[in-house]
Parts: sequence; structure tokens; C-alpha cells
Amino acid sequence: MTVTEVSVNLTINGQAVSVPEGTSIHKACESAGIETPTLCWAENLTPVNVCRVCVVEVEGSRALVPSCARAAEDEMVVQTDSPRVRHSRKMVLEFLGSSVDLSQATELAEWMRHYGADPDRYDQPDLVAERISEEPKIQDDLYIRDYDKCVLCYKCVEACGDDAQHTYAIAVSGRGFGARISTEFDTVLPDSACVYCGNCIGVCPTGAIQFKTEFDMRAAGEWRPDEQDVTTTVCSFCGVGCNLELHTQDDRIVKVTSPADHSVTHGHLCIKGRFGWQYVQPPTRK
Amino acid sequence: MFGAGGGTSSYTEVEETDVVLLWGSNAREAHPIYFHHLLKGLDNGAKMYSVDPRRTSSSKFADAWLGLNVGTDIALANAVGREIIAAGLHDTDFIAHSTQGFEDYKAAVEQYTLDNAEEITGVPAHAIRELAHDYAGADTAQILWTLGITEHHNAVENVLSLCNLALLTGHVGRWGSGLVPLRGQNNVQGGGDMGALPNKFPGFQDVEDPVALAKFEAAYHMSLPNKPGLHLTLMFEAMERGEIKGLYVIGENPADSEADVAHARKLLDGLDILVVQDILMTRTAEMADVVLPAAVGWAESEGTVTSSERRVQRVRAAVSPPGEARCDTDIIGDLANRLGVDWGTPTPQDLWDELRSLSPLHAGMSWERLESEGGLQWPCTDLDDPGSTFLHGWLWADDLEGRDPAPFSVCHHEGPKEQLSDEFPLRLTTGRALDSYNTGVQTGGYASPIRYGAGIDVNPADAERLGLSDGERVRVFSPRGSVETSVRIQPDIPKGLTFTTFHFPELVDVNQLTNPEWDPRSGTAEFKAAAVRIEPITKEQPEQLTPSTDPATKSANG
Repeated sequence: MTVTEVSVNLTINGQAVSVPEGTSIHKACESAGIETPTLCWAENLTPVNVCRVCVVEVEGSRALVPSCARAAEDEMVVQTDSPRVRHSRKMVLEFLGSSVDLSQATELAEWMRHYGADPDRYDQPDLVAERISEEPKIQDDLYIRDYDKCVLCYKCVEACGDDAQHTYAIAVSGRGFGARISTEFDTVLPDSACVYCGNCIGVCPTGAIQFKTEFDMRAAGEWRPDEQDVTTTVCSFCGVGCNLELHTQDDRIVKVTSPADHSVTHGHLCIKGRFGWQYVQPPTRK
Repeated sequence: MFGAGGGTSSYTEVEETDVVLLWGSNAREAHPIYFHHLLKGLDNGAKMYSVDPRRTSSSKFADAWLGLNVGTDIALANAVGREIIAAGLHDTDFIAHSTQGFEDYKAAVEQYTLDNAEEITGVPAHAIRELAHDYAGADTAQILWTLGITEHHNAVENVLSLCNLALLTGHVGRWGSGLVPLRGQNNVQGGGDMGALPNKFPGFQDVEDPVALAKFEAAYHMSLPNKPGLHLTLMFEAMERGEIKGLYVIGENPADSEADVAHARKLLDGLDILVVQDILMTRTAEMADVVLPAAVGWAESEGTVTSSERRVQRVRAAVSPPGEARCDTDIIGDLANRLGVDWGTPTPQDLWDELRSLSPLHAGMSWERLESEGGLQWPCTDLDDPGSTFLHGWLWADDLEGRDPAPFSVCHHEGPKEQLSDEFPLRLTTGRALDSYNTGVQTGGYASPIRYGAGIDVNPADAERLGLSDGERVRVFSPRGSVETSVRIQPDIPKGLTFTTFHFPELVDVNQLTNPEWDPRSGTAEFKAAAVRIEPITKEQPEQLTPSTDPATKSANG
């Protein structure tokens, strides 16, 4: 209940900023109206500090620092748009884009334009950047896993584990380019510890883990985000009162999410809330 | 005990509490997102005791699991109370200032020594003692329960025996301490709040209170009954006596969900007229003379629902209802108009504003505030009231805000109505599975990869004794009927106990077995305790009720 309200004062891009002690540089930037790109950070997860997209320059610090994981300090001088930061962000985005399919990482596309990142420049006639190139794993009617899109940001692992679900069905296995988000012994998902809450899908920034309904609609060329509406309502499957965001297209529900800032769910749902809506649709109901 | 019926605490409080008693609840599966808040509490260092006959998926997160015999909750709670008093851990100041009836309670629980309780409940005395000392010694502690407490013939006494523990220790009316019944449906709290109880007007105002009666008669421009009506169980008894000849069922599937369901179906069949208003063709709808197709409340209608933390939130229409389906409020309004009462065509907001004018608990929750603040917790009495995170703070006020001290309740152990016998030597209890919901009408509509279908969980030792193997087809008999199902050998089920869900009535009509004995105060049947016998199906017996459809792909009309 009690929050120690001690303020720290720092400078970001020459602007004086005051935030409560313990605030991350990322949040401090946000409070100063400065947007920061990130892949592995989310409002409802503990920072795991792996994607390096959000780096900033801190005066006196030899290396660039990840803004999501470093707390703001008194008298800190931060640059978020210095040549060094811009160069680093561009390179990280290019390297990721050279080996991973970022076509569904919609937020990232704008940042890539912003920093002039061009992953294709690594593809020379005699030297093509290596890609995962695996067929999507389709092992049930609810999820698909497409490792060509995975940037190993760990968000799904965190949501499945300590940060929300505490099911621990997935972790990173393998090393280097062979590293994958995997179930135990790479067993098929229905045989794993997975309880299909879909919270991994909820946090995935690239579409590497995806609702099968969305995957099928995309494959059929029927997925049209521009025509979709989002309506917030309350789940009907128990008395907890989880807020659902119903994504609808052509008067049909096509996807369900939950707002990350909602005090009941913090963006997380269970299998019934995430998938139990299908009875609403015709032709089930006439 | 305290007046208005609602969980005392907010979800965020369980993240900061010190001790949690999860009693008769498998929240991990039945209330998964509440369990996320509870897990935060455990991550923050809270200690959790799980009190449940089954070692559930929730129990596996607990520091200790107290696997009591089905229906011995009062004996256990009284033993906890007695131990707290005997060890001098009760809050004497709180008891003196805020409660009444302590001496009677103390005398009543005297017989529930740790040893006696071990005898009755099957829980080791040292575990009861440890729970008592941790609960009483904690700065903040919560008791959470669900249907494991309330689906018994003495449901209300079960609840009161838990409330006694909170009064004994002062674990109520403060941030982090409280009594939390987790609600099973998205608006079971709201339904009660709105007066869908036989003895209450909206806002828990009593129909027998002349002042409340006069207020509602004036507002509704008609005279109203000043005696309580019938709850569901009494309605079925009145049907049996031929006093109820017509039934209007809205969004309920009693032809699948009632205990001793074969008997319930016979009564529904004998009605002169059965009208069912539902979103799908349930088994009850199939029996109806008239079916009124309804829009889905949470996806095709505008309105509000109220959660287990008394939070009123908006539901909104996202898609159009199919065919002739219409919103419940429109159907009911038109029906009233046809019956000769002009209700006009009020909008959901009009109805809400009427409620606010009549229920002081909701007066401050304007439609605009519900929109802009994303939900408000009652009581919220005026527009400046931020709502209430927890209830019963008055217990800690110097003058108790003018109220009477909260009463202890004397409750004694009785056990399940249906005793085990040579003919029916096993206990059957029922409950929910993570991916399914009630009679499966809605959750039958999606293909869950973790749906393990209908089956009866049996302890390995019982299975061995009865010569049963995993997956074997068996017939389960209770004094009321029998069903065919499959055995699932389950080490988490104690010896002598069996368990099944009730999600697949088309495949296994479990409620043919359950006991309709009910609590006279709540009207809830004893779904949690039937006596059964399991017999292997031999080749000579005719195979009945063999499932021909895969539960994962069956139609939603379950």
C-alpha cells in the first residue's frame, strides 16, 4: 500500500525530468513524452533486458544501457537520439530483420523506417543471411508456433512463468542460432504442461506464437486489421470480471485480448476467456 | 452475518496479505485470473493453506494441503477456532468491541479438540494446529472459498463457521484481511445485488421491511408482495406439489444442472407451460413449449455485470445477435407490455439510472463514471465516492458507526446427509475443470486441447481393490440412479473419494447421481457429497450411454 515517494531528477535530451525513485529510464522517457522502441519490454512483465532495441546513452557510462532495466538516478544525463544510439538501434533492428521475419511486428516497422534500417542489405549475391526456415508448428486447434518470426525476446517465457501464469511450460533451449523457445523435451504442445491460457500469444510482439484462427485467416488472405473494431466487455465464464477486448471483423469475433492496464487481468486471461467465445458465432448459433 | 452479501476484499489485497486459507476452492482452474493475484501474494511471501478433500492443482501451490473428509468443514473450522482460543491467540480487544456471542461460541467449540477433529476430518491434529496458529498470528489473513463450502445441505453454517474465525482474530474489515467467496458466474454477484433473490429488493433491501416495500411500491407504481418468494429448490418442490404449473427460465439449464436430474426433468415435463429464454438450444430449451432466443449478454448486449470484488463493469455489444435473437431486457420489456403493464422501451442506461435511484449502494455509479473509470466497487453512494476496496471497516470504528456488533454463530458438525454404506461405500464429489464451464453449453463450442472429457477419478488403492484399470468402462450407482463412465486412476484423490466434473451431461449424466438434499437457508443442493458404488461393466451387461461423439468436437448444444 505504501509507496515511498522520493523523486529523482535527471536530464533527458537536455530536458529536466523528475520521476519517483525506482522508475526506469524507459518510463522516465515516456513521462517526458519521448517514445522508445522495444521488443522485450511490456507493461505487464518484468524486464528481461535482452533485445537491446531500447538502449540509450548515459553520460559516464562506457556502454549503451538498456533503458527498460536501468533505474533513473539523480543527476543522470541521458541521450536517446544521439548518433551512437541511433546507430545502435538501427544495427540491432537490421540484424534482427536479417534473420527473422518481422512482417507482423507492426510496431517495429515504423521504427525501422525511422532509423533507416534495411535488413536486406546483408543479403549479397554470394552471402545470404541465415534464416530459421522452419514450417510453422500446428499441433492443435488453438495455437500455431512460427519460429521464423521468433526474436527470442523471452516475453512468452515470462508470461508462462513467474510474471503471470506460473505454468512454466516453455523455456529457451539450445544455444546460439539453434536457440528456440521450447516445451520440455520439445514435446508437442498438447502433451506439454501448457494450459492454453494464450498469455504467450498476448505478449508476443512478432506473431511467432499466434491464434490459429488468425493464422488461418491470414493464410486465406482474410485478415484485415484495418477493418477490425475492438470492443471492451467482461468475460462470462466465472465471477472474476476479466475485461475482454473483442476484435471483430465483418460482424464476427476474430480474436480476444485483454487490456494490459486493467487492474483485474493485467492483460492476462485463461483458456476459457481467450478461446471460449467461439459458440457465439454462427453457424454454431442460428 | 454482516448485512449486504459480497466478498469483503479486493483482488489486489490478496497480493499483499500474509496468510491465505483457500477453503473448498480450486481457484487455479475455476478462477484462473484471480489465482494470478493469489500467486503474486505467494511470490511476495504469503503462506497458503489449501483445505480441500482433493489434492487439486491449487493445492499444489500451497504450503500445506489439508485433505479433509467431504462435509467435515465445520468440525475443522471449529477446531481451528478452539485451538486459537486455547492458545490465547484470539483478538480479545476486537472481540469485546466489535462482536457479540463470543462466550456461546467458545462453549460450543470446546468439544472440537484437535484430536476429535482429526478423528472427524481425517486431517492430522498438528496440521490443524499449524493452520490455526498461522492464521491467528498473521498481521493480515484472508479466507477464500467457493462451492466446496456452499454446495452442501448446511451451506450457510459452513460459511458462518469460517466467518467466526475472522471475528475471532479480527481478520475482517481491514486492508489485506477478509472473507472472499469467489463467484462462479460473471454476474452471480450482480444478480443478487439487483434483487434477483427471493427475499430482497435491489441493493439488499428486505422485502419484509415496510419502509423498503413502500419505497419500491412508489417507484414501480404497483403493490408488491411483502413476503419472500421461492428460490430454485423450493420452486421444484412447489412443482412437485402441483402449485407451480408454469415456469419461465432465463439463461439457466436445470434439465442438466439440477441434482437428481432425472427427477428434475420429470417435474419440468409435467408443467402446463415451460418458457425458456436462452442463447442456445439447451436441453431445457428443447423441452420448452416456447423458446425466446436471446442475445449473448457479454458480446451482443449493453449493460453491466458485477464481479467477486463487487466491481460493476460495463458489458458491450461487439457483434449482432443472429436471427431473431434479442437482448434479455427487450424481451422482458415486451413481455411486460403484452401482459398489460406499460414498461415502454427503456435503454440499459435508463434501467441503470432507475437502479441508482433505489439502491444507495449504487447511487454514485453514474453510467459516465462506469465508462470513464473502468468499473466501480460498491458501496459507492455519491458521485464523489471512489467506491469501496473492502467492506466492514465499521467493525474498527470507535462507535461501530452506530451498528450492532457482529454476531458469532454457533454451528455444529453434521456431515453429509448421505452416509456411506455397504451398498454405496465410496464418496462422490463434483467440480469444475479448467477448460470447461457448467453443463458445457458454451465451452462445448471450442476445441480445447486439454479437455480430458468425462470420467471418474479414483484413488489407485481403491482401483486395485475393485480390480479397475485406467480407462476402463464402469457403471457408477448412487441411491438415485446410475451412469456409465470411464475410470481415471488419480493419485491426487484420497482413498474412499471419487471425483467427476459435470461438464458433459450428454456423455455422462452425472447429476443423476448427485444428492438433491438442500440447505433450507440458501436453497443449494448437496452436489458435493453423494454415496456411490463403482462396478466394472461385464460383457453380459448391456452397454448403455456409450459416448458416440468426441467431447472435443460435439456441438455446443450440450
